[in-house]
Amino acid sequence: MAAEFLRIDKLVKAFGTNQVVKGVDVSFNQGEFVTLLGPSGCGKTTILRMIAGFEKPTSGSITVDGHDITTLAPNKRQIGMVFQAYALFPNMNVADNVGFGLKIANVPRAQREARVEEMLKLIGLTGYGKRFPFELSGGQQQRVALARALAPSPRMLLLDEPLSALDAKIRVSLREQIREIQRELGITTVFVTHDQEEALSISDRIVVMNAGNVEQFGAPFEIYNRPQTRFVATFVGQLNTLNATVADAGRKSVQIGASTVTIPALPATARTGEAIALTMRPEAVSLSDVTGRDIQLEGRVAEVHFLGSVIRLKVDLGGNTISLDTFNDQRTPPPTHGTPVRLGIASSDVLVLGS
Amino acid sequence: MTRGKPWAWVVFGLAALYFLLPLIATVDFSLRIRRGTYSLDAYLNVLADPRFQQTFSYSIFIGLTTILVGIFIVLPAAYYVRLRLPQLRPLVEFVTLLPLIIPAIILVFGYIRLYSSSSWLPLLGWQVGGQYIGGPILLTFAYVALGLPYMYRAIDTGLRTIDVQTLTEAATILGANQFAILAQVILPNIVVAVLSGAFLTLAIVIGEFTIASLLNQQVFGVYMQNVGANRAFEPAALAVISFVITWGAMGMIQLLARFAPKTARKE
Ligand SMILES: Nc1ncnc2c1ncn2[C@@H]1O[C@H](COP(=O)(O)OP(=O)(O)O)[C@@H](O)[C@H]1O
Ligand SMILES: [Mg+2]
Repeated sequence: MAAEFLRIDKLVKAFGTNQVVKGVDVSFNQGEFVTLLGPSGCGKTTILRMIAGFEKPTSGSITVDGHDITTLAPNKRQIGMVFQAYALFPNMNVADNVGFGLKIANVPRAQREARVEEMLKLIGLTGYGKRFPFELSGGQQQRVALARALAPSPRMLLLDEPLSALDAKIRVSLREQIREIQRELGITTVFVTHDQEEALSISDRIVVMNAGNVEQFGAPFEIYNRPQTRFVATFVGQLNTLNATVADAGRKSVQIGASTVTIPALPATARTGEAIALTMRPEAVSLSDVTGRDIQLEGRVAEVHFLGSVIRLKVDLGGNTISLDTFNDQRTPPPTHGTPVRLGIASSDVLVLGS
Repeated sequence: MTRGKPWAWVVFGLAALYFLLPLIATVDFSLRIRRGTYSLDAYLNVLADPRFQQTFSYSIFIGLTTILVGIFIVLPAAYYVRLRLPQLRPLVEFVTLLPLIIPAIILVFGYIRLYSSSSWLPLLGWQVGGQYIGGPILLTFAYVALGLPYMYRAIDTGLRTIDVQTLTEAATILGANQFAILAQVILPNIVVAVLSGAFLTLAIVIGEFTIASLLNQQVFGVYMQNVGANRAFEPAALAVISFVITWGAMGMIQLLARFAPKTARKE
């Protein structure tokens, strides 16, 4: 059965009078890599801890593979977990850390040692078995923590911001490694992060959360390109806002400055004469006339940020400021501050978000 | 103490004299059992005395039992308070300090009232194979209480150096139960702190007199008192011996601190 390996039903958690998870309903497929994404304090860790069994839900249920585990003790759940603070046992060497779960489960020594070797190979730390945690770098410690979580072949893997204590470079390489291992083992994984780039780059699906509620649940492509709420649109990626007026609600035409354009995404609820906010991603705006970019706007360059392969410009449109990205071109230097420019936007890329 | 503060050295020197002079005098006196020459005869007399050997080994036995029982009670309690009931810590700390405030004699009179042969639980009259076992048991529990302030503080300090909650959760999710977590994860990481509490307890037990004497237990402290009342040079030798044992125990604590498991490096 592929669908609904992990099912979270009307899950609520309150600490005293403070409700931090407010009725969450999601279900994940077997083998899926799902990320809980949201700002700090929105309840991600609390949900993960309820899946692990460290917090008792105030109400609602958690089902794994058809079995209700809502009240099952955490040490009976057969779940692997990786913590932000590594949490390796300081008194044990790497091999004993990785083999701990197997020892607890009374796996015979020879079998245990073989499994530990296999795990060390999986994380690329063969030969590190005799070292102690304090002799390892942060990235190595977190890989050992991953191996320790996976060694007893858990039904599911939970990771709570496992990369946030690491350097930027290691963070990227380790997240790729985690994803690769997850694919290889086909283990259902719930990953928690507040970093939208991290979430977009490694997830099959993302649960975007805000203040204890699910804002949107979908694949990275959908979350980024078709955000359903203003929160999702602004939290995930950069967003431009253009103030406009509805010129004719029936024909979906909108007035921006002096020009009138048709916006297919204009909702049916819009009324003629109403002020609305049009939004679009920086990469939906181009510097020159590209075919299909039917909205044309004139302005002046206000800021130039050279980021390497990409150059981000801020253009002042007289009342509205728009960010846009262009690729670096080795032969043409970017426009300088104050240069008049002409922007093109495809009306089909424009979103109209409710507040 | 920098060179700019000579008075600090003066204070240090006076304090050192205050501690060292009686000690030197005692050592000197203990060596003068023979007229006109130094000798170790007082020490040899003491060590050769079968009652010294009996009482000393009995005290060591009671000391080790006290340590085991103390760890068995204090470790789970301190761990649980840290993990689940941190708001109770001030209360628990106060309770563990009570043995320092309430004189030992009150404890032992309470024991005698509760457990004497005419009470509802005549523990002091119990015999196993012709041996009275109530006395040693009560003595051990009394010493556990006396050692409580040191044992609790030592263990609690040890627990503070590790991330109790995360380590517990990491072990739990790997399938470990409470007992396995305490024995395999928590204890090995605070073993040095536990041992320092153990040596302090041992130092107390070796020298204790009041409780043992009222419970009629022939321990080292009682023997020292007997010898002190009847001999001249041997008590000085005994005082030096017990002093060396106490300081040896303290020295062990210092030495052990070097072998503490290192906590993991953070980036
Ligand atoms: N044990 C607790 N007692 C009281 N409040 C808590 C507890 N754990 C978390 N909270 C609160 O719940 C909210 C959500 O926390 P958390 O799930 O850790 O957020 P996130 O992981 O998304 O940053 C926060 O406001 C936090 O202060
Ligand atoms: Mg968190």
